[in-house]
Order: sequence, then structure tokens, then C-alpha cells
Amino acid sequence: MTSVSSSSEFHHQHHFKSAEHQYASSKQGIWLFLCTEILMFGGLFVGYLIYHSLYPTVFKNGSETLDWKMGAVNTVVLLVSSFTMAAAINYVQRGLHKIAAIMLALTIACAAAFMVIKYFEYSHKFHVGTVPGKFSLVDPSCAAGGKRATCESKIAALLKNPAELEKNHVSAEEVSRLKAVISQPKWEMFYGFYFVMTGLHGIHVVAGALMIFWIFIKTLRRKVGPEYYTPVEGVGLFWHVVDLVWIYLFPLLYLVG
Amino acid sequence: MSSAHTKTEHGHTDHNYLNHGSGIWSWMTTLDHKRIGLMYFATVATLFLIGGFFALGIRLHLAKFGAEPLLSPDTYNKFMTFHGAIMVFMVIIPGIPAFLGNFVLPIQLGAKDVAFPRLNLASYYIFIAGAALAASSMIFNQVDTGWTFYTPYSTAKTSNGVILLVMGAFTMGFSSILTGLNFIVTTHKLRAPGMTMDRIPLMIWALYSTSIIQILATPILAITLLLIGAEKTLGVGIFDPDLGGDPVLFQHFFWFYSHPAVYIMILPAMGVISELITAFSKKTIFGYRAIAYSSVAIAAVSFLVWGHHMFVSGQSTLAGIIFSIITMFVGVPTAIKLFNWISTMYRGTVTFEAPMLFALGFMFLFTIGGLTGVFLASTGMDVHFHDTYFVVAHFHYVMVGGTLMALMGGIYYWFPKMFGRMTSDLGGRISWVLIFTGFNVTFFPQFVLGAMGMPRRYFDYLPEYTNLNQISTVGSWLIGLGFLVGLITIIHGIFKGEKASDNPWGAKTLEWQTSSPPPHENFTTTPTVTAGPYDFR
Ligand code: HEM
Ligand SMILES: [Cu+2]
Repeated sequence: MTSVSSSSEFHHQHHFKSAEHQYASSKQGIWLFLCTEILMFGGLFVGYLIYHSLYPTVFKNGSETLDWKMGAVNTVVLLVSSFTMAAAINYVQRGLHKIAAIMLALTIACAAAFMVIKYFEYSHKFHVGTVPGKFSLVDPSCAAGGKRATCESKIAALLKNPAELEKNHVSAEEVSRLKAVISQPKWEMFYGFYFVMTGLHGIHVVAGALMIFWIFIKTLRRKVGPEYYTPVEGVGLFWHVVDLVWIYLFPLLYLVG
Repeated sequence: MSSAHTKTEHGHTDHNYLNHGSGIWSWMTTLDHKRIGLMYFATVATLFLIGGFFALGIRLHLAKFGAEPLLSPDTYNKFMTFHGAIMVFMVIIPGIPAFLGNFVLPIQLGAKDVAFPRLNLASYYIFIAGAALAASSMIFNQVDTGWTFYTPYSTAKTSNGVILLVMGAFTMGFSSILTGLNFIVTTHKLRAPGMTMDRIPLMIWALYSTSIIQILATPILAITLLLIGAEKTLGVGIFDPDLGGDPVLFQHFFWFYSHPAVYIMILPAMGVISELITAFSKKTIFGYRAIAYSSVAIAAVSFLVWGHHMFVSGQSTLAGIIFSIITMFVGVPTAIKLFNWISTMYRGTVTFEAPMLFALGFMFLFTIGGLTGVFLASTGMDVHFHDTYFVVAHFHYVMVGGTLMALMGGIYYWFPKMFGRMTSDLGGRISWVLIFTGFNVTFFPQFVLGAMGMPRRYFDYLPEYTNLNQISTVGSWLIGLGFLVGLITIIHGIFKGEKASDNPWGAKTLEWQTSSPPPHENFTTTPTVTAGPYDFR
């Protein structure tokens, strides 16, 4: 353990006995909050499992249209970010502000990379029409009118149009997968779950990145250090939970099918 | 609480939390839990008036005094929705924990503040934001779904105003989670020296159990409401049968929160009652542990009974029977509390000031509400009573007769501590008589109406229900008058009330050991606790 540069004068708040007391309390608060996050995603997982068992073929076909390679890359990106985050906490605790800041910057970079990859995934889905309910139809007024059964889906329209297929880089293999998807009734449901689950997770990634940025500034300004690192640790724990949720989302959505 | 060196020599220093900073800005930015509590009070009271306005509107319409109906069917549905949503999400749920809880919890623990004062203020503003969002639906796009937002009507049929209301409720849920979290950490970490877990006042046990429910159940409501939002904006189809979704899943999700939520409403009320009963019986509470642990037991069982709202939704008979049996179990810890309160009064020196009257009112009305809950919990009878006025009477007896009575009692009880002045006891008693009688006149006939088959949520009814409905409407005016008298008593107390002593009721819990109103940091010296919370001899 090298230079313990304690430039941050840290005073605990008046209603705590000591800095340790404040630290223990904050930590308990953070854990309780993380429980609520996990429970919230838990509700979605329960819904996913129920419909997965009700419509196994829909979910299988749907999951085959997801790009597991992009998902896998994103998994690795997040795992790396969890590592850099953990390292950042460790460096802050040891008073190594510079390298801690670098680690935090790397974590933010990973978060950005994750979102960019997600952007490519999402935009491809919008092009080929593997999107939830309302948007899966060619004519949006169909969804509102309630007679969706007679409406043409975006996928069906696309499949009839070779030029469009080429423009959107749809391979022959993907064509057969898309055909399999629309062979099943209620296939939009799978994409409903896909977008809600990854969307909510994506919002958490962005929120996490913003908080890490806040910590990054604090680290540069040496407002945190060996004697006070609660916010760093708290944000770190949040980030690990975001990572953890993805660790469950990825196999459930992309692999299990 | 007999404590070795609680402060007594403070006399009446003029410095207290009310004048610890002046001007509106010092209130808006305060981190003091006592002030935040009072800010919730003002907010919730305002919302209660709005919710009450809708209630009187509904009742006036149903009385059919004139030849023309007062409200159009569409307006009626909207009145009903806003009445329910405001009362549930903005009055009864935050009422006791966020207002009374915020005010007394840290003082009763001997703490200077809650664990996270900044978060506490943030929760308040999050609540305001949520309430504003929900209220904006009244202006932009009214909602007619009822406060339960049942799908597919809410997602596939009605207007987009649902999104505003639902997102408002989501935001308020977030506030509720943060308050619960704050209370749990405060209870664990900030107790005064000597304040072991079996010496904390029963109010705190109740708030603690409530907080556990807030943390465990509210996230499920959050995701359910988000899904409604997603369903309406994206058409994801999770609840829409047109797309393969299942509307009954919504009901499972909704009641998985909303049943425990009825205990978010009632447990803190039970905490208040425990305080009132001991203070006005001048006797050590009977069965401290039984009351404390029964709060936790109620919290635990509350998660297992949501299916009793869905007996007629097509769930399996087996599920119905299981939910029915577990529901009956809730009665056990509830009855334990009632018996302990009664035993506490037995041979106590009971006096009947306004707060105690409200406590007795609570016990009487809540017992009726609870017993009729057993009727509803029996699958066979529920088929008959389901969605009739019997249910309306039942939940008003528990929520209004229970929670609101306790809230009123709590206000009169802690009022001297809050403002350093007394409310007029006569005013308090008059408001009690009006509310209590009005309440029974309003809701008792509804049991009969329900048993006769009058459905709930309907704009119109058969002629044979007319008389009872008119009686019920007259009762509702009495209640309204009662709350008006209550409001006047409180406002009069704030400005003109007699000066209160530090411990006007002779109670033993810690908040009565500091001055009235307390100083900014609650105590001038940290109290040391050497005995249980209700050490009367
Ligand atoms: C503790 C305070 C309680 C509160 C605040 C409360 C509140 C409510 C509310 C708001 C409803 C109406 C739901 C709707 O809009 O459809 C309801 C219905 C019901 N309650 Fe309670 N309740 C409480 C206690 C109980 C107890 C103790 C029991 C059983 C022993 C019970 C059994 C039921 C049942 C079975 C229904 C469903 C009735 C139906 O929809 O047919 N409740 N309650
Ligand atoms: Cu229930």
C-alpha cells in the first residue's frame, strides 16, 4: 500500500457517531436498494418464464433471430467493465487516484461500447420488423383498429421484396428464420419481452454510466479516498447488479430459446 | 421511558426546529425529518381534500335526489378512478409512514435524524413529482379505469391518460421505497445507547414491518406499471389477449403488490394505536413481544394471499382454497393485537381525550372490517359478494375506519410535540363524533346493499336500492363535516392553541422526554435508555 494521499478532509454527518458508523449505514442502504432493483427485474423474469412455457415455439423461433454473437460480445464488454469498476474501487481505497480515474474512464467506455452495440442490434431489428406489437405492422392504424389479424406484418412485407432484403443485409439464413417466426401466431410477444427487458436494462446501463461519471469527477477532485469511498463502492455495487442482470438476460433471451 | 439522563433541564428555550431557520426556502431545503414530516402532512391533507371532493361527488350522484343524474356515466367513472387512486396512492399509503413516521421515528429511537436526511428530502420531492404527474391526467386526459388499471381495458381500450396516472403512481412508489429504506437503516443503525430491539416503541416495530413490505412489494408494482406504460406506448402485448398476452397475469402482478400494500396502509395505523392505548391507559402494554412480532408476521403472510382478489378470475379451485386458507391466517396476528390492546386497557386508568376516542374508533371499525374480510376470504361467499358494495363497505371499514382513524388519533396525539401547542379537546371530540357516526351511517348500509346484490363501480342501480343509498349519502356529509371540524381544530391549534408542556399525556416513549417542540437535533444530549418503552408502574 503506497502513498495514502489524504487530500480529502472527510467529516461524517452530525447524526452518526463516526465515519465507520456512517459507512456501515450507507452500505446497508445501498444493499436494500439493490434488492428492490433485483426484485423489479424479477417480475419481468417471472413473466418471461410463464410465457416461455406457454408458447415454447414462439420463444424458440424468436430467440433464433437474435444475434447471439453481438450479445456475447456485449457480455464480455460488461464483464470487463465490472472488473475495471472493482479495480477502481480498490485503487480509490488505496489512494491511487490517477489509476482509479483511468479505471473509471474505462468502465464508462465499456458502458458506451455496450450501448453502441445495442444500437446496432436494435436498428437492425427495426429494419427487418422483429419489433413489438404496435410497430410490427406495416400500417400503424391496424394496431389501433383492433383487427390486427388481417394486417400485414413488416416482416412479411420485407420478405416479398428482394431489394429491401439486400439493402438490410438479410442473409438467406436469416430469411428462413424470419419465415419461421411469422409462421407462429402471437410471435410479437417475444419481441415485446425482448425490448422491454433489454430496454429497461439499457436504461440502467446509461444511469450507471452517469453515476460512474459523477464518481470519476469526485475521484479527480480527490473528494474520495482511503478514508471515504462510500459513493465509489455504492456505484460499483450498482454497476455489478446491472452486469448481473445482463448475465441472466443474455442466455435467457439469446441462447435458451 | 425511564432513562438515566434524558434531558429535563431545558426549560423552555425558544430555540426549536420550527424556528431553526426561517422563510419558505429554509423549509423547502430542510433536511430535518420533523419538517419533512410536516411537509408531507400539508401535501397529504391537500390531496385528501381533493380525493374527498370526488367521494362526495360520487355519493351525491348515487343519492339520486334530483330527477336528472348529477354526473354522466363517463364522468362518474372518472370521479371513481380519481377518488380511488388519490386516496390509495396519495393519502393512505404515504399518510402515516411518511408524515407521522417521519416525524416520530427518529425521536422515538433517540436519533438526531433519519439515516439519510438528503434522501429523505429527495423522497418528498419525488412524491410531489409523482403526485403532479398523476394529477396532470386530470387536466390533460382523464382516466376511467378505476384505481386498479385492469387490463385489457386500460391498455387496449381507454385513453392515454392512463400512462400519466400510472407513471405518477410508479414515481410515488419509488418515493415509498426510499422512505422505507431510510426507516430500516435508521432503525438498525441509529438507536440511542441502550435502545435494544426489544425496547423500541411498538410504533417503530410497525413502521419497520411496513418498510419491509415497501421494499419487497413495491418493485413488483413498479414493473407492473412500467409494463402498462410499455403496453400502451409500444403495444408489447404482455397483457393484451389480442397479442397472446394474459390479462389475468396483470391481476396476479397487481395484487402481489396491492394486497401487501393494504398492510402498508394498516400496519403503521396499528403502531399508532399501540402508542395511544398505552398512553391513555397509563399502563405497561400487555404482550409487547406479541404485538411487535405480530407486525412482522402480518408483513410476512401478506405476501401469500393476493389470490383472494381473484377467486372469480378463473384461477384453479385448488389455488382458490389455498389462498382462502392462508388469508384466514392473517386474522391470527391481527387478533393478537386486538386482544393485547384490550388487555392493556383492562384495569388501566383509561381517559378519553380525543386521541383515545380515535383509537377506540379504530378498534371498533377495524374489527368489523376484519370480520367481513373473513366472509370475503371464503371462496363460496366471495362468489356472491365479489364486486358488490359489500366489498366497498369492507375495505372502507379497514382503510378508512382503520387507517384514517389512526391517522387522526395520531395527529391529535403528537400535535403538542409538533407545534408546542394543544388542540382544543372539545374540537377533537366533536370531529370524532361526526366522523364516527357519519362513517357508520355511510358504510354500514353498503354491507346490506352488497348482500342485496348492488354491484360496485356502477353508475346506476335498481330502484330497491334507493333508500339505503340515500342514507349512505347523508352519512358521507357527516364525515365531510367531521373532517372539516378536525381541520379547523388543527388550524386553530397551530395558531391559537394553549402552550403545551413537554409531556402533556404523561407518556413514556422518548419523544416525550424532549421539549415541545423539539430542538433541531431532537435532544440536547443523547438520551441513554435503561428500560422498555412503556414503563408505567
Ligand atoms: C388490513 C387491512 C385491509 C385493507 C386495507 C383491505 C383493503 C381491501 C381493498 C382495497 C379491497 C378491494 C379490492 C378491489 O378494489 O377489488 C379488498 C378486498 C378484499 N379483502 Fe381486504 N383489506 C384488509 C384486510 C382484509 C382482511 C383481514 C381480509 C380477510 C380476512 C381481507 C380480505 C379481502 C378479500 C377476500 C377481498 C376481495 C373481495 C372481492 O374482490 O371480491 N381483507 N380489501
Ligand atoms: Cu388482498
